[in-house]
Amino acid sequence: MASSTAPLKGEGSVTFNPVSALDYLPERKLRELQLARLQSIVARAYERVPLYKERMNKKGVEPKDIHSLSDVQLLPFTEKVDLRDTYPFGLFASPMREVVRLHASSGTTGKPIVVAYNQEDLRVWSSVMARSFAACGVDAGDIVQNAYGYGLFTGGLGAHYGAEAIGATVIPISGGNTDRQIMVMKDFGVTVICCTPSYFLHIMERAQELGIDLKSLPLRVGVFGAEPWTEQMRRHIQEHSGIRAYDIYGLSEIIGPGVGIECEEQAGLHIFEDHFLLEIVDPQTGEVLPDGEEGELVLTTLSKLAMPMIRYRTHDITAIIPEPCACGRTIRRIRRIGRRSDDMFIIRGVNVYPSQVEAALLQVEGTLPHYQIVLTREHGLDQMEVQVEVTPEVFSDKVGALEALHKKLSSAIEHTIGLHVKVRLVEPHSIKRSEGKAKRVIDQRDLTH
Amino acid sequence: MKTKQISVFLENRPGQLSIPCRALAEAGINILTLSLADTQQFGILRLIVKDWQKAVQVLKDAGCVLNVTDVIAIEVPDRPGGMATILEVLERAQLNIEYMYAFTFRRGDKAVVVFRFDELDKAIEVLQTNGINVVGSVELYDMYEN
Repeated sequence: MASSTAPLKGEGSVTFNPVSALDYLPERKLRELQLARLQSIVARAYERVPLYKERMNKKGVEPKDIHSLSDVQLLPFTEKVDLRDTYPFGLFASPMREVVRLHASSGTTGKPIVVAYNQEDLRVWSSVMARSFAACGVDAGDIVQNAYGYGLFTGGLGAHYGAEAIGATVIPISGGNTDRQIMVMKDFGVTVICCTPSYFLHIMERAQELGIDLKSLPLRVGVFGAEPWTEQMRRHIQEHSGIRAYDIYGLSEIIGPGVGIECEEQAGLHIFEDHFLLEIVDPQTGEVLPDGEEGELVLTTLSKLAMPMIRYRTHDITAIIPEPCACGRTIRRIRRIGRRSDDMFIIRGVNVYPSQVEAALLQVEGTLPHYQIVLTREHGLDQMEVQVEVTPEVFSDKVGALEALHKKLSSAIEHTIGLHVKVRLVEPHSIKRSEGKAKRVIDQRDLTH
Repeated sequence: MKTKQISVFLENRPGQLSIPCRALAEAGINILTLSLADTQQFGILRLIVKDWQKAVQVLKDAGCVLNVTDVIAIEVPDRPGGMATILEVLERAQLNIEYMYAFTFRRGDKAVVVFRFDELDKAIEVLQTNGINVVGSVELYDMYEN
């Protein structure tokens, strides 16, 4: 189980699960714990991983220089490219006989990145996932349909072990085969589903086609992650499926899912600070920003033994929420991640995030978020087309009504990103559905000229 | 008095029109009349069929986005000024026609034309008080079969 620590229930907490005791540590105790762990993990990284030692020597910093939590700023950053450059095992800090699990990210460019866990790391991972489930009200009485992909991707097994650790009944269905997902959901009386938010939208859509009302099922909680999604998307999901949809955050480089999650307040993601040290930096300069300011999330693993990560640049843009959460947890929250500093694309000199387009589409009443952005280059000029599927809800027999919808979509996007783009209404299902991370941007600019 | 019309969304690219038409053909559903509205962006296929409930199911199964609206079929004298007379009646009543299209068949010396109004009930009332015959759907289907 997650923790044997005596329960330290925070004031004002409503739902308290013993699993969550560490979420409620008094601030001073939490910082002491963090510092002790930071000192020990920095020493481990320095002694066991050549790359860290080399980088720290270059900066003239040694593990003994870490006297306070803010001394983390003396340490060099680690980037995804460092994992690629040391592929496959270069950043491991445990010998292979102690490593009990490997995961790898699907590499979109060349080699994947490989991450390692020893026994203790897996225990920590299960515990943060168990605390994640507890935070959104899941307990031993729940039946969890885990539709994250099982395999090299951390989502499947991460959610699996966490749900088991909390005592829930786990259905390891993995991703894909939507009709079977719906059948299992209905027949097994599933109460909790774990998958990407875009895949759940696909499930909702398919259930509707099959004439199954998700609201009539026992399903009540969705634990959605692995891709950014918006508040409007949450409202849509909650309204039309009758569940509570929670955002979970994680990345393989750090541990997988379970770095942070929303509590029942749905007001930002609590980061499990006893295991992950949190910084927000200016994405350009790397300078640490004060609490509350928006910047790039940088994480240091405090307890990961097989593969410590020192000041890892996540490229996720967020901010620390300085105010305490109404749920009583003392571990701090970050704002939901709406965008990454690197899924941005530049079109005619304007920086665009797919999430901005999504927010604009959702703002236009009645539009389901099935869309795709296609980038092309015509006569040396970049073109952006947003393809939006027409739904029965917005379809009309009148040309004027559809033209008005088209105009509303165009102007909402234009208003959000400050650029006039082509919008095309397309038939339902003409955009390929993802069973994992949704592919929102098709960049064809390199193929044309 | 009212007749059901099925409208289908079409993406503006080659071959799109054949999808709903083929689906109806395979289900043995005959199209009484149709009209196609198109813009640069997209098209809307409007259909009148006898068994519209079955047609809706067939089209949905074929993956079409559609809706069903009420329209009316009006008898128009097939001579110069026949349509103008009717339009004058509608204009006097300040009724706005969304769109219209004709049936391929006639009834005696009259053509039959489909009209789409926003204020459908008012339109029926105005037309009838002015002695213009609005053809009910049952009558319409019979007319077609004879």
